[in-house]
Amino acid sequence: AKMFTQVYGDNGKMKEYHYTGPVEHRFSPYSFNGGTVLAVAGEDFAIVASDTRLSEGYSIHSRDSPKCYKLTNTTVIGCSGFHGDCLTLTKIIDARLKMYKHSNNKSMTSGAIAAMLSTILYGRRFFPYYVYNIIGGLDEEGKGAVYSFDPVGSYQRDTYKAGGSASAMLQPLLDNQIGFKNMEGVQHLPLNQEKAVQLVKDVFISAAERDVYTGDALRICIVTKEGIKEETVPLRKD
Amino acid sequence: MALQDVSGFQDTPIHTSLSSLSTSSSPPTRRPFPLSHGTTTLAFVFQGGVIAAADTRASCSGLVACPSAQKILPIHSHLLVTTSGSGADCMLWERILAREIRLYQLRHGRRLSITGSAKLLSHMLHPFKGTDVCVAATLCGWDVEELFYVCSDGTRLQGELFSVGSGSPYAYGVLDGEVRWSLNEEEAISLAREAVYRATHRDAYSGNCVDLFHITAQGYCRRDREDLREEYHRKRERKDAGSHATSLVLTLGVGKRRSVEREKIQRGGVKWHGVE
Repeated sequence: AKMFTQVYGDNGKMKEYHYTGPVEHRFSPYSFNGGTVLAVAGEDFAIVASDTRLSEGYSIHSRDSPKCYKLTNTTVIGCSGFHGDCLTLTKIIDARLKMYKHSNNKSMTSGAIAAMLSTILYGRRFFPYYVYNIIGGLDEEGKGAVYSFDPVGSYQRDTYKAGGSASAMLQPLLDNQIGFKNMEGVQHLPLNQEKAVQLVKDVFISAAERDVYTGDALRICIVTKEGIKEETVPLRKD
Repeated sequence: MALQDVSGFQDTPIHTSLSSLSTSSSPPTRRPFPLSHGTTTLAFVFQGGVIAAADTRASCSGLVACPSAQKILPIHSHLLVTTSGSGADCMLWERILAREIRLYQLRHGRRLSITGSAKLLSHMLHPFKGTDVCVAATLCGWDVEELFYVCSDGTRLQGELFSVGSGSPYAYGVLDGEVRWSLNEEEAISLAREAVYRATHRDAYSGNCVDLFHITAQGYCRRDREDLREEYHRKRERKDAGSHATSLVLTLGVGKRRSVEREKIQRGGVKWHGVE
């Protein structure tokens, strides 16, 4: 039987600490490596951005480990969570893309990649990939598309989404600035590329201030019909 | 479910799954992240067809993962499934159900009945009983004037009124008082919206907008999604203005009705939707 100590009692006050017995720690195959990913879809572009810090517990493993991975000329995926699963998952996606290309003689579209990723993730329903994925790219008509996932494969198409450790801080800000939510008497202007890039930079600077797992540098991938452009912006390193 | 999160209940699987989805035979690894849960969906039958309604909040132990999720998924023009439980499980299992129903139609040349679809889903979920797959679906359709409720713990029930999810007690309170066979279409739609609205007001894990579908012999038609915040403001204004309304004010919805390719359906056959 497992026993665990509860630090806070039912009335909200801290409990008196007393020894209840040995606590069994099981080996956990997961670990949390931090990082935040963001994607925004525009009229004819999509932006996928991530910070580049790789951390574990109180340490930083690397300051230059971006979480955006290029899949095709029109699709970029951002993966944050457990880095081991991120690497394996992107390898599996690359292999499946290659197989599709060889069988069907065309690249996978963003929507198809999203549907495929959903089944890959659900295939491990009982030992999931601990990865929060966001796919950003252009759909068949050339419009920006963002697909956000949960770790077991539930997904849907959005206009913007933040995932990873600072997602709860960034998502309300995006709701307000891109979705014009909770504002009254404001003109709904469509988002152009320069404004979107500037917004992403501002939003990550804010995230780096308040989330310990986000920082070091920001990698932005801008997907347009001309191709994928990458930009790196420094963030707080503390 | 919401109650589970609030009471700190830890569910432990009794045995690991034996199907192709299982991996090791040692005790299953505990997940370090929460899955999305918590919802209000309802469906009932009346003389004008079947109404299905749901909220649109996908919550993930305290965080709203998505304020605009779609919980009512059409399988074909005469069958809808409402989803409740874990988001990924519902999405994938209903995709699998849609595939199986389509294959049945191709192989046997006729559409599988709602009773058959419910049994199929129930039998497909049975190997996962005891694992933490959590699917609670209501199948709403037209060939029989009944609804089927299928749950991953093995329940398969038929009935004329179901509400599923963490907000369902509140929705039942509204529905049990007012649902009758003789409702007309406008009243039925208003009642469904009101029930979801009341549930979202009281249940923390339900909220945002309400989706409403109405199924008739011609197929289903979908009302535009309505943000319930507007509804709350309308009610406040009416209360402040000292309304002389009757006991349950059934507000007529502002959303427009949009039929899904009705002409194509009437020409014969069932309209299939791409499984996204």
